[in-house]
Formats: sequence, C-alpha cells, structure tokens
Amino acid sequence: MTPVIRKLVFSVAGLTLLVFSGISFYQSRRLKEPVVVSDGVTQVVRLSKYFSGVEGTANDCNVYILEGKESGATFCILGGTHPEEPAGRLAAWIFAENAVLQKGRLIVVLSANRSATTVTRVGGAYPPDFAIPTSWGEQEFRLGDRWSNPLDQWPDPEVYIHYPSGQYLAYVDVRNLNRCWPGRANGTLTERTTYAFMEMVRKEKVDLVIDLHEAELQYPVISTIVTHEKAQDLAAMVSMTLTDMEGFKMGMEFSPKNLHGLSHREIGDYSDAASLLFEAPEPFLDATRGKTTREQLLTGKDDFVVKAGQHGLLFEKIDANGWPIDKRVGRHTSSVLQTMASWTEMHPEKPLVCDSIPRYADVVARGMGQYLRNPALARPGRIWYE
Amino acid sequence: MEVIITIIYYCLVAFVSAVLIYNFFKSKDWQKEVLTIIVVLPFLLRLFMLK
Repeated sequence: MTPVIRKLVFSVAGLTLLVFSGISFYQSRRLKEPVVVSDGVTQVVRLSKYFSGVEGTANDCNVYILEGKESGATFCILGGTHPEEPAGRLAAWIFAENAVLQKGRLIVVLSANRSATTVTRVGGAYPPDFAIPTSWGEQEFRLGDRWSNPLDQWPDPEVYIHYPSGQYLAYVDVRNLNRCWPGRANGTLTERTTYAFMEMVRKEKVDLVIDLHEAELQYPVISTIVTHEKAQDLAAMVSMTLTDMEGFKMGMEFSPKNLHGLSHREIGDYSDAASLLFEAPEPFLDATRGKTTREQLLTGKDDFVVKAGQHGLLFEKIDANGWPIDKRVGRHTSSVLQTMASWTEMHPEKPLVCDSIPRYADVVARGMGQYLRNPALARPGRIWYE
Repeated sequence: MEVIITIIYYCLVAFVSAVLIYNFFKSKDWQKEVLTIIVVLPFLLRLFMLK
C-alpha cells in the first residue's frame, strides 16, 4: 500500500469515527424529555424570569409552579442538582406531572443544573441515557453528570474559591451546582444559576427548599435529611415519622456551618427560606461498583458493592435485591409529602396540602413508570420539554 | 475574563488540532499516523463543541 493510499484509508477511518461519535454526542445532548404537566400546574416559567444572567444559556430551565385554591406556604423542590442521581429528578417529575395543591404553592424544578444533564462523566463509562417502563411504553431520560458540561463552562481553575466565603474547594466543584450556592450575578454559569435560584426563592417568598439527591453507599451522608438549623424541628419530626410509619429508615443531620456552597447551608443563610437536602442510596455511584450499565442504575444491584458491605465498608445496607429505582424514588416522594404534612402541623396558619402523589409503598408496588403521563395523550399547552 | 479565557482555550485546541493533522500528513511511519488520528479525535470533538 502506498503512503498516499494508507493516509487516505486512515483519514476516512478517523473521519468516520468523528462523524459517528459526534452525531451520538449531539443527539444525546439534545434528547427531549417530555413533561405532561399536572392540572395543578398553573404557570411554567423560565429561570431567567428571576435573573436575566442565565437567559439563553443551557441552564435557563423550566420552573413549574403549582398553586392551591387556598393560600398557604410556598415550597420549592429541586430535582436535577446532580442529574446522575436520577431518583431526585424522577421524584420531582412525579410532582410536576401529578400533584394537585389544595393549600399553598409548590415550585418544582426538574433540571436544576440542566447543563449537567447533557454530559456524562469523562472516563466513567456512564450510559448517556436510561428508560423507565410505563404502561404506554418507555420514557427516556438523559443520565447526566454531577458537574456542568465543560462545553458550557470551561476551563476549570487550579483551585475553586467559593464566593462569598472564600473557602478553597476542589477545582472541579466550580461546576458543581451544590458547591456554588448562593451564587453571584457576574460569576460562572453555575454561580449565575444558583444566583438565579436565590432570586427565585426571594421573589416567590419561598418558605422551604427541598433539594433531592442520591448518594453512594460508601458515603456517610446517606438515607438522611441534611437540615439547616432553621428547619431542625421540622426535619426531626419528618425523620422520626418516616422511620416509624413508612417502612424505611431516614436519619437526620445538621448542615455543617463551616462547609460552604451547599444548598442546605447557603439558602438558609442568604434568604428567608429554610433548606433541607434528602439523600437516597444509589449503588451506581459507588467506586467499587461492577459494570456501569443502565440495568445497574435502575436495579441498584451490584455484587461488588454487596461484597464491600460484607467487609463493613458501607454506611447503608445492601443485599442481592439491590436498591431499585422505585424504592429510591418512593423514599423521596414520601419524604416530601411527610415534610408537607409535618410543616402544616407545625404552621397551621400557613399550611401546604398536596394531593395525588404516591407514597413509598405505592411507588414500590406499582412502579414509578405508572406515574409518568403519556405525552401522546397530552392536551394542547400541557406538554413541556426538559 | 471568563469569556476571554474560553476564547484562548479554543484557539489552543484549534492550534493543537492543526499541528496534529500536519504531523499526520508529514509522517512516514504508519503507527505514528494511527496514533495521531486517535489523539486528534477528542480535540476535534471539543473544537466543534460536540463533547
């Protein structure tokens, strides 16, 4: 083979790889996720309504607002702060598609860091997406990553200096939405995003923000509520009630005062709202996991993580049954519902009453796909895309 | 400042991509040519804002 023909063959092979991988990445970044909003949703606005600094960016996400017939408290549920913790996003999805408010207002965000939903972890072999089975077929979701997409915010600094505390954090966390609170108007995309959410909390007079997460079993902050001191009585009541009544253990711990950038610390410190963060177990995130597949993500079954548990390396139990997505989502829906109920008991003058949301036992029994609505049957004006 | 740094970064990516492609055509060793193709792919994916 002459050098010219050889170079031609290699060039064509390289271009083929470039085109096919490029198309795959392009399509993955733009996968449309339908949201058939519940009848309780009275407004859908963009985050840029509260701060124009995110307008036209990947993080100008949808904000779903549900209003009850009677006035009361205003809660905000944040899903998708870390998109690779899908139970948080999916639980918020159930609220956006099913919730009906009787008293008070609920603000639901499904893609708090929308940029992070458009990328997967470099070197992590993450699948780009996953599908939830429903009675009408499958609904696909972007998997995403913990950090904003480098295409939207790059390069990273050598050291990330958190604003306004000045605390030094890991360089990569400059793109971590849950290390950038309370944000700043002239900061990076991730900082502008949290600043926009802070503006939303202030302008909508939010009483409580609930940030939904998942955690690896080797991480001590798991199956728990992390609370700002403003919400400590509420969190304690929710933790005790869930553990006693719902069939799963839910702990409670305080937000450290000297660890900055986290929603449970900064939202409480820089607004009138109180803040909670819920953690559910997700074996997919454990460093000792086996194959990083869609099946592992959704079943939560992993022999290697089970082995780690047998050696006493985990902070949550796991067995051959794993941690299926239905259990993880059900923990979050029950935790949010119990927070609403306990809040209403403690603040009868400012209630929040929400109907049509399944609790843990319902989600586990029926599967979370039963609570996703068919976009083909959506009425005009009731379908949105993430 | 962030915008300026990003522009400089993409100029660097474009420069490295161009040098790699130049080396590919100048090389006389097939193994180096294969290596260059593999190395240039992520640079081009980033340059075209695909990954």
